[in-house]
Amino acid sequence: MTDTAVSADAAGSSNSALFELIEGFVMDLRAAGLPVSLSENIDAARAVEHVPLEDRTTFKYALAATLVKNNAHWRTFETLFEVYFSLRGKEYSLDGDSDDPFGDMDFDEDQDGPPGSGGEGGGGDGLSPEELAELLFQAMMKGDDALMRALSKQAVKRYAGMEPGRPVGGTYYLYRTLRNLDLDGMMERLMEQARQDSPQPLTPLEERLEKDEFENRIEQLKKEIEAEIRRRLVADRGAEAMAKTLRKPLPEDVDFMHASREEMANLRRAIYPLTRKLAVRLARKRRHGRKGPLDFRRTVRSSLSYGGVPAEPKFRYPKPSKPEIIVIADISGSVAAFARFTLHLVYAISSQFSKVRAFVFIDGLDEVTSYFEGVDDIAEAVHRVNTEADVVWVDGHSDYGHAFEVFWDKFGHDVNSKSTVLILGDARNNYHASQAWIIKEIEHRARKTFWLNPEPKAYWNTGDSIVGEYGAHCDGVFEVRNLRQLEKFVDNLV
Amino acid sequence: MTQRFESVDSVREGLAKVEYLADDAIAGVAFLADRLGKPILVEGPAGTGKTQLAKSLAEMLDARLIRLQCYEGLDESKALYEWNYKKQLLRIQSEAGDESTWDEIQEDIFSNEFLLERPLLEAIRAKDPVVLLIDEVDRVEVETEALLLELLSDYQVSIPELGTLEANQIPLVLLTSNNTRELSEALKRRCLFLHLDYPSMEREKEIVLTKVPGLTENLADQVARIVRSIRNLELKKHPSVSETIDWARTLILLGIEQISEEDAAKTANILLKYRSDIEKVIKEFSSNSKAHFDAPAS
Repeated sequence: MTDTAVSADAAGSSNSALFELIEGFVMDLRAAGLPVSLSENIDAARAVEHVPLEDRTTFKYALAATLVKNNAHWRTFETLFEVYFSLRGKEYSLDGDSDDPFGDMDFDEDQDGPPGSGGEGGGGDGLSPEELAELLFQAMMKGDDALMRALSKQAVKRYAGMEPGRPVGGTYYLYRTLRNLDLDGMMERLMEQARQDSPQPLTPLEERLEKDEFENRIEQLKKEIEAEIRRRLVADRGAEAMAKTLRKPLPEDVDFMHASREEMANLRRAIYPLTRKLAVRLARKRRHGRKGPLDFRRTVRSSLSYGGVPAEPKFRYPKPSKPEIIVIADISGSVAAFARFTLHLVYAISSQFSKVRAFVFIDGLDEVTSYFEGVDDIAEAVHRVNTEADVVWVDGHSDYGHAFEVFWDKFGHDVNSKSTVLILGDARNNYHASQAWIIKEIEHRARKTFWLNPEPKAYWNTGDSIVGEYGAHCDGVFEVRNLRQLEKFVDNLV
Repeated sequence: MTQRFESVDSVREGLAKVEYLADDAIAGVAFLADRLGKPILVEGPAGTGKTQLAKSLAEMLDARLIRLQCYEGLDESKALYEWNYKKQLLRIQSEAGDESTWDEIQEDIFSNEFLLERPLLEAIRAKDPVVLLIDEVDRVEVETEALLLELLSDYQVSIPELGTLEANQIPLVLLTSNNTRELSEALKRRCLFLHLDYPSMEREKEIVLTKVPGLTENLADQVARIVRSIRNLELKKHPSVSETIDWARTLILLGIEQISEEDAAKTANILLKYRSDIEKVIKEFSSNSKAHFDAPAS
């Protein structure tokens, strides 16, 4: 490719140290799971030649524009960027030329800085905890970013209790710092203050807006604190070691069963674009399927523009029949999140199916199809499923055998040769009777029967998991641990 | 090739002059696109000013905007070039009585004269400065995307009968995508990537102030804050920037200076386009009893 040759040349003539630096950064990005190709790497090297290196923001965006081609990867990029470049020379230092951000690590608590100087990073050592809290409150009230940043540094220094070489994760320090700052209490005080400051009582709308504003600021403060902790950890352990610990899975790779609260929120956000994409793709696939028999009428019509010569034969596109979907989902605690996402996804593309029926169970079974009817907010319906469905029979521990029995008794006759049955669950049956014969019957009657298991394959059939026993009667058992696998399965299903 | 922009700041200032408030990312990427001669792939939710960016860049550079609106089924003859079949036919017929040989005619009818330039070819053959906007590129099929590749990396178009047509200039190219499907790696690799998200509250306030004459600072602040709060909710479709601007205009027309819940509820249909969204927002913003001090959302 000529393009590559030229750019390699250009890169060669430039500062080779910079090139190496970027090379190293790209390695880190790749290690974190971001796909960066060779030509993108070269583009990045060319791009930074055109931007002033002292302009950190532009430098960052130059790298982002050339290296990150998917918005979902932005967070990872940003964190890695911060870690990787935080220690590389003065021009990359986090707060430009104001001060050495790690200088105050070496100074000890006994060295009293001029109290209350606020804007400076190292100042404020002489404050009492109450004064610090008060200052922070003032900063939050006014939305004073500079003061907030300075105070968050101070707070980390004081409360996180960081010791060099201690093998503790950043979250531990974050937790310690936040606990001492009591941000919930802060929120309450801020709202109280806002109410007092207002001449007349706040309307609900105003109250809401104030609350959102403060929440936003507190969020920002948390980010500052997190960044500060990260900076200090980098100083202690070195950028490479830190970069390794920061490797977070991308949203589509997050395990359903072990997602943290924040990851869950990300997943929820990720599912909207995902379903939209999937729906568009499926609709397209349907239209552009294989060609059918010759469409005589259209062929003749199009031949008119070639003077009657049928130069362009037209074909009829077959309309593939839409399957009917029956989802039977375990919604007990351990696999609830998985069931939620799958239901969401299936209903989001329900136009691809002639009919979708949903059943949920723990040890009892309930039909929840009606929850989704005429509702245009799927998330709301899924939420209702989790709170309102009547799924507890005896003790609220998964009993697949009994749930299947109920299904077979009440709804078994609805399963026919058009229906595709999806069973969601980890098949951890708490040592109850399996009643696997029902699955066999279903499989016999239905067009296809699939079992989706959110557990890693290695755990199947260990302990009380009897997925093998059920799986023997299914057309396929799939490991679906993250959005990526779920998307793939649904894609193939249609 | 002369450079269009002096520096990142000059991009920002130039865009501000045509009433487009660029943030660091936008200005930086536009600057790089010019320096590296690479197209920009702009991605983001609907209504964040992707298409407007191209228009504003064209206005700022005093260039002609050539726009290719993508849709399913777009093909070569609509995007690149087409032979003027009728004219060719006419040519052959008018020659019918002459002595000219087949070779001569063939050479003749496959020349520039019979070539209909479509947007992509037009953009690289243009002599005057142009900005090429390939809008909603995610709407074409993956196979059609390949059409763009040669153009975007080498700025040339190969026509079997004519040979390769080189570019007269490297135009500034913007591709926009609503992300309804993943674009191919090959296409992404050739572009600079710019994600346009909803603007920050401060920037949105500035935008509203610039775009809506007669708006007071106070009202703009309220508008921006309410819109931000709405975007924090889980909705089917979040209000876009253009909808925010429309809303601000409506408020002015109604002579509202302080937005009350009632006003907000009455005019919510300008910001939101789904009934369920509107209901949700009204419910959220008027529920007095809701616990106000639950832990800040993480």
